[in-house]
Amino acid sequence: MSQTLDEGSTFAALRDSGFLRRGRILARVMQVILFACAALSVVITGAILWVLISESWMFFRQIPLVAFLTDTEWTPAFTNARYGILPLLTATLWAAGIAMAVATPLGLVLSVYLSEFARPRVREVLKPILEMLAAVPTVVFGYFALLFLTPLAKQFIPGLSGFNLLIPGFVMGIMILPYVVSISEDAMRAVPMTLREGAFALGMSRWRTAFSVVIPGAFSGVTAAYLLAFARAVGETMVVAIAAGQNPNLTGDPREGAATITAYIVQMSLGDLPHGTLAYSTIFATGLVLFLITLAFNVLGFVLRRKFREAY
Amino acid sequence: MAGGFSERRIVATAKVQDLTFAVLGVIVLFFAMAMLATLVADLLIDGLGRINAQFLTDFPSRRPEEAGILSAWVGTSLVMFVTALLAIPLGIGAGLYLEEYAAKNWLSDLIEINVSNLAGVPSIIYGLLALGFFVYGLGLGQTVLVGGMVLALLILPIVVVATREAVRAVPSGLRESAYGLGCNRWQVVWSYVLPSARPGILTGAIVGLSRAIGETAPIITIGALTFIAFLPPSPIQAAPPFLNFDWLNSPFTVMPIQMFNWTSRPQAGFHVNAAATGVLLLGMTLIMNGFAIYLRYHLRKGQRS
Repeated sequence: MSQTLDEGSTFAALRDSGFLRRGRILARVMQVILFACAALSVVITGAILWVLISESWMFFRQIPLVAFLTDTEWTPAFTNARYGILPLLTATLWAAGIAMAVATPLGLVLSVYLSEFARPRVREVLKPILEMLAAVPTVVFGYFALLFLTPLAKQFIPGLSGFNLLIPGFVMGIMILPYVVSISEDAMRAVPMTLREGAFALGMSRWRTAFSVVIPGAFSGVTAAYLLAFARAVGETMVVAIAAGQNPNLTGDPREGAATITAYIVQMSLGDLPHGTLAYSTIFATGLVLFLITLAFNVLGFVLRRKFREAY
Repeated sequence: MAGGFSERRIVATAKVQDLTFAVLGVIVLFFAMAMLATLVADLLIDGLGRINAQFLTDFPSRRPEEAGILSAWVGTSLVMFVTALLAIPLGIGAGLYLEEYAAKNWLSDLIEINVSNLAGVPSIIYGLLALGFFVYGLGLGQTVLVGGMVLALLILPIVVVATREAVRAVPSGLRESAYGLGCNRWQVVWSYVLPSARPGILTGAIVGLSRAIGETAPIITIGALTFIAFLPPSPIQAAPPFLNFDWLNSPFTVMPIQMFNWTSRPQAGFHVNAAATGVLLLGMTLIMNGFAIYLRYHLRKGQRS
């Protein structure tokens, strides 16, 4: 009996058995399910764009785009309402700019220190501590900025208001520091050891090696870190909503308080915001501007990060 | 000038430069740590004394000394439950697809760019998505379900990235042996890849959930109320079928919103309550992150040996 059954038909019998067929069907079904999970990310991005555009449609039909972008006042609650995003936008850029002014030098020193100077064991202890800093909820940072740092800083900085852009900007700088450090340190560590050894052989110090070999070598990755951090600072909400005030204010003085785009959205959401009103659509119009700014920086950062990964 | 002299000088300058920079690095590091320490100390001094049984079992109130965070911590727990239930399976699924299945084509590229872009979308934009789509588009209202869904979307990229990294670290020999024994792709993934990637995925899930616990902006944006003086219906009931899903459709508040609300009030008594809520929030996120770091450390040790 066994001799009449050649190997081919044994294989065929096995292949057609219920056990294996069920396995194949399950595998096929699971592949479709897993693909659906992955495709969800595209759906989410599409949904974000669709919601932002469709819900702000009413706003842009009533307010000309030119007025929206050039008017210097944002007073949606007034009877003679004006809808110029410039006050919100400048406050956002002030806060994010101050955050970058803090995070850029500190982040550069810290990432060079961690990637070029610190011993592996020291690094293994320090990186988790930085991660802890990144894990602090933003609302806690907001409390810290408003109720601890601002009263403290008032004693040293004359003219500092209770709500201001300076302190929340500073706190956001500390907040995005771990993020800057982890991306730019990754980029620096991806620079091949042989480049460093070449520099050492030429008699360069670690310091000069870091600044004339490692940082130029990791340039796109380090730049990506700052772009991504800037996008994060622009979109940060709770720190500025708590400590920078909720009053739209076109100002050149960061000691004054001014509402950012995110703070405005929070302020409106806290009140009664009936669906379909002009007030409702303002938060989507400002949100759309915010989304486009962060999208530009994120995409640029993504491209640069990928570039440095390909370089070595 | 003699050559020997300048060589020595170059070495000496280099050493001074290196030392200076190392000191600078340590100073910056201490500065960052000092900020974290000051923040923790400030919260503890202001709020630790306020944490007691009354604070945990009372509803918010107009009088700061009678106010509590019962509705907030119950809300946070329920929302986190929904978030975990949605984000973890979806994130693992997407991560597995991208690492184990995706062909190198434009579609995979598109999904990949999307995931990394979503990680950078400000959390408040997710709030707007939820407000326009879940709350009004689908008519779900400002409920626990919507809160859990928006936070799940928010942490999805974190779970996806963690899953991908964990799956990538699984040695390909393991996969090849399983294929050699006649497993199909799903059997390889389910029985071999997933179990050995589990600690890495778990780490990512914990980090993601700890981020979700502290998120405030998207929950405010969907219009969650700041003053909730009742609890959602209990998930467990005495009568059959014993489980009750009405809580999914209940209005809610969460701890970060309660803290935000108390921080923005002028009375000092509410600031104490805010600090106490902050201590609890900070404690939860730091414990979760500490556990994730511990897990990763052990994982790495296990791989090395």
